[in-house]
Amino acid sequence: MNLRKTVSRTPLHLVILFFVGIWFIPTLGLLITSFRAPSGIANSGWWTVFPKLLSGGQFSLQNYVGVLQNEGLGRAFLNTLSISVPATAISTFVASFAAFGFAWLRFTGRRVLFMLVVGLMVIPLQMTFIPVLPIYSKLGLAGTFPGIWLAHTAYGLPLTTYLVHNFMAGIPKDLFDSAAIDGASPFKVFSRIAVPISVPALASVFIFQFLWIWNDLLVALVYLGALPNVAPLTVSVANLVTNRGQDWELLTAAAFVSMSLPLLVFFSLQRYFVRGILAGSVKG
Amino acid sequence: MFVGPALLLIGFFLVYPTVMTVARSFFGRGATLFGPRVEFVGLTNWKYVFTNQVMLTSLRNNALWAILFTSCTVGFGLALAVLLDRVRYEKIAKSVIFIPAAISMVGASIIWKFVYAYKPATLAQIGILNAIVVALGGEPVGWLIQRPWINNLCLIVVGIWVWTGFCMVIFSAAYKNIPKQLLEAARIDGANEWRVFRNVILPLLGPTAAVVATTMLVQVLKIFDIIYVMTNGNYSTEVIANRMYKEMFNYFNYGRASAIAVVLLILIVPFMILNIRRFVAQEGARS
Repeated sequence: MNLRKTVSRTPLHLVILFFVGIWFIPTLGLLITSFRAPSGIANSGWWTVFPKLLSGGQFSLQNYVGVLQNEGLGRAFLNTLSISVPATAISTFVASFAAFGFAWLRFTGRRVLFMLVVGLMVIPLQMTFIPVLPIYSKLGLAGTFPGIWLAHTAYGLPLTTYLVHNFMAGIPKDLFDSAAIDGASPFKVFSRIAVPISVPALASVFIFQFLWIWNDLLVALVYLGALPNVAPLTVSVANLVTNRGQDWELLTAAAFVSMSLPLLVFFSLQRYFVRGILAGSVKG
Repeated sequence: MFVGPALLLIGFFLVYPTVMTVARSFFGRGATLFGPRVEFVGLTNWKYVFTNQVMLTSLRNNALWAILFTSCTVGFGLALAVLLDRVRYEKIAKSVIFIPAAISMVGASIIWKFVYAYKPATLAQIGILNAIVVALGGEPVGWLIQRPWINNLCLIVVGIWVWTGFCMVIFSAAYKNIPKQLLEAARIDGANEWRVFRNVILPLLGPTAAVVATTMLVQVLKIFDIIYVMTNGNYSTEVIANRMYKEMFNYFNYGRASAIAVVLLILIVPFMILNIRRFVAQEGARS
């Protein structure tokens, strides 16, 4: 009986193994290659390291030192941090205010305005660049960090507001009523009740938005361009592909530098990340 | 007062530019938005959008992406969610398939560019796909330059690889919400696993599948990064979003770029309406 069960489940395991292999092997190949010497990379496949695995001497950190120092990726890493951390903070901050307003305050046009927000969640950003750019140039915001903070905040707002709104709208009304009877102002209700209760939702939104901005290429290309003092990792790495397309020792290490923090966030905070995705898609 | 800052930002960065871009699509190239040198050109840009060879290729490729990418991400995501629920190593397998959702499309593009790497037959292959082909006795293939089907397919595979985990996670959450007694009851009634899937699981996951599919369609219409990094639209792999970027930053033709952007908008409007409708229905259910 047990044997029959094992045999009948073999196809299931094989199918899963096939998928896991396709999802795992390409990344593994890149990771191994990023530690190999350039001559080895150019003349043999990365899988040839396995038979010689124990003899050592095949791997070094040279490629990482190279991209961080000579290709300016160290600077790009800091640029990405300087873009994504403030932009995520500002956008979560603004969104939590707006979400509270839409969920619990009564004002004219509330419904229509919120429907506008919901509709704008999927608008192609391509619709917005051409009119905004000349204004940015005039105001001196093009190619600056504050410029891209504002842009990312605005582009993220429809989704973040919507997500936080859904959570705040689910807070029991009694909580607010009793506070209102005690004479608390809307701001007090917001900061003392709504925000503390919403911390899990805000954390999800923060992580979701942070990864989105960290991984963004298009918005950075448009508002920052490729100037080394502001360009984030995505733009620098994409340029590396264009200019040094065959230098795999650089590309592989560069790719992993750009993925390092997202992977760290992914493995340590996966729960929040998943919650953000579920809130965004199942309800929306 | 609470919603003021958000509305201000949304107004300036989303609403105002959308209106202006629609208007701009009827004007010439021009260095500025509506300067003295920008002339009204009527439908010229629109004629370009729907007759120019590269634009037609882009529209075709976007359609190809929409069909293959959406069906595979949704199909694989659903299958993996249901299959992985039956094995003990579910958690780790799910993590592996979900990882690409956390990294950038730029990173994913490099990962796959390396998989597709090509060397002439006389040299050792360094890309694993060509190594497999050669090991099986074939000739190495230039995966990213074999137009128009092989290279476009190879690009779409990258997109599927990035987004399948996202779909799987959503399906998995919905699947685990199905009461297990329901599946057991069907099995006791003599239904085999396929019939349980077809007649019980699938109908219950239908609404989730609709949401996931529309999310994927919205994503795929705007697909940009993968093409920008891997081929930059060369060898017949152009897509609408990359074309818009080129018209804007390489050719500085703002009229045409606007018209191309509006094409994207028109394709996405149905999804905006759908989202709003869903929201209204949800609000109705709440009150």
